[in-house]
Amino acid sequence: MSIKGKAYLAGIYEHPTRHAPEKSTAQLHAEVAKGALADAGLTKADVDGYFCAGDAPGGVMAMTDYLGLKVRHFDSTDTGGCSYLVHLGHAAEAIAAGKCSIALITLAGKPRTGAMPPRATGAELDFEAAYGATTHNIYGMCAMRHMHEYGTTSEQLAWIKVAASHHAQHNPHAMLRDVVTVDDVLNSPMISDPLHRMDCCVVTDGGGALIVTTEAIARSLKRPLVRMIGHGEAIKGPRGGKDLDLTYSAGVWSGPRAFEEAGVTPKDIKYASIYDSFTITVLMQLEDIGFCKKGEGGKFVADGNLISGVGKLPFNTDGGGLCSNHPVNRGGMTKIIEAVRQLRGEAHPKVQVANCDLAIAHGTGGLLGVRHAASTCILERV
Amino acid sequence: MMDNKAKYPDPQGNPETSHFWEQAKQGKLLFKRCTACGEPHYFPRSLCPFCFSDSTVWEESSGEGEIYTLSLMRKSADGPYAIGYVTLKEGPSLLTNFVDCDMTKLKIGQKVKVVFKPTGTAPLPFFTPVG
Repeated sequence: MSIKGKAYLAGIYEHPTRHAPEKSTAQLHAEVAKGALADAGLTKADVDGYFCAGDAPGGVMAMTDYLGLKVRHFDSTDTGGCSYLVHLGHAAEAIAAGKCSIALITLAGKPRTGAMPPRATGAELDFEAAYGATTHNIYGMCAMRHMHEYGTTSEQLAWIKVAASHHAQHNPHAMLRDVVTVDDVLNSPMISDPLHRMDCCVVTDGGGALIVTTEAIARSLKRPLVRMIGHGEAIKGPRGGKDLDLTYSAGVWSGPRAFEEAGVTPKDIKYASIYDSFTITVLMQLEDIGFCKKGEGGKFVADGNLISGVGKLPFNTDGGGLCSNHPVNRGGMTKIIEAVRQLRGEAHPKVQVANCDLAIAHGTGGLLGVRHAASTCILERV
Repeated sequence: MMDNKAKYPDPQGNPETSHFWEQAKQGKLLFKRCTACGEPHYFPRSLCPFCFSDSTVWEESSGEGEIYTLSLMRKSADGPYAIGYVTLKEGPSLLTNFVDCDMTKLKIGQKVKVVFKPTGTAPLPFFTPVG
C-alpha cells in the first residue's frame, strides 16, 4: 500500500512569536492547534488523530487530555527536530489505512525562556556523556570531515546562510531580517570549528501545527489542495564504530524512498524546504537526497543557487531556521509549513516560486554526527 | 590552547558493561569482537550489532588510533574542549575528547593514543597526540 495522494494538508499554522515568556508550553501547543484548525476551517471536535513528540509536556496522553481531544489514533514518535516530518508520513499512513480522518500534529516550546528537558539517552550514555557532544560540535565534526574529504569550504557553507537571509528580509516574523554576506558569516565568531555563529540557526520560542486529512474532507474545505505523494524515513548511527562515515546522513535512505513512492525525481522539485539547524546540515542533505552528487554540495549552494528568483533551487523561503524560526530547537514543522505556503501560492510575493506545484520538505533530527533520523516528504498541489 | 580540567560524569556501569569499567581501572581499553562474524565493535554489547550472535568476547585494544574528525568547541561554560572520533588500530571508531595537548594543532589523520582520566567511579578513555 502506498500513501501517494491519499492524505491532504488542509491546515497549517506557525506561531508568530519568537519569544514567549508570558505563555506556558502546553498553551503554545493549544494556540498552534487552534490556528491550524482555523486555517483548515475545522473545529477541535473534528480531530480524531493526534501526533506530538518530545516537546509536548507529559507526552501524548497528557497533551490529548489538556487539549480536550477525543482521538482514535495517536503517535508520539520522537526523532528530535524531524519528528513532525515523520509524523506527517505516519499521519498519511493512518489516513490511508482509515485509522483516522483528521489528524492534528503540534510542536511548541520555549528554549529562550526556560530550560530544555534533557536529551533522552540510551545504552551509550557511560561511553559518550563525558565528551560534551552538543549540536554545535557534533555538526562541526561533520563539516570538518566533509571539508577534509571533498574540499568543501567555509565560503560555500556561508552561501547557505546568505540565501536564507535574502528570504528572511521579507518575513516580518523572522528573528533575523538583515541580509548578510559571505564575509559577514566568515567574520562572525567561531563557535565550534569550522562552524561560525552565522552557520548556526536561531533559538526561538514558538511552535506550529498541521492538519492532515482525507481527499474527501479536503475537497469539502475552502483551502487550496495540497497532498502527500511520497514519504521516506530512516535512522543512522555509529553502529558499533564500523566504517564510520560522517559525510552522509540517513537522508541517503529516506530521500530515495520518498522519490520512488512519489514517482518524481529531484529535478522535478520546484521548491525545497531543507532542515537548516546549521549550514552544513543543508549541504549534506542536498547531496544525500539527490539534488547533487556527494561532495558537490559546496559548488551547488554557492553563488546564490538557493535564493528564490536567483538560483535553480529556491529553499527555505521563510528564512528557515538560520534566520526566521527554529521553535524548540526542532525545525521540521516549519519546513512543512513553508512548503505548503509555496504550493498554495501563499508565500511572500518576493519569494513565491512561480507555478509551484511540487515541493519537498526534508529534515534530520537528533545529532547528525552521532545518532539521527531523517524524514523526507514530497508534496504536490492538486 | 590547552584543555581545561573538567569534572567528568561518573560511569554507572551495568551487567553488560561492568567488565569494561573494571579493566579501565587497570588502564586497559577494551572493545568487543564477535566470534561468529569476526567483526569488532565499540561501545560493547552482549549481542553483536552486525550478525546478532551472542558469541561476543572482550579484546584489549592497543589504545592506538588516528583522528577521524574533530571540532574545537569554543562555546562552553567550562572552557573550550576538542571533541572528535578516533578510529582504533583494531577497527572500531569511538567518540572521545582530545586532551593534554594544544587543541588548535589537532588534525584529521593525526596519530593518537588512549589516556585514562579519573572520575568518581571508573576512569574514562580520552586520547592524546603521539609524539
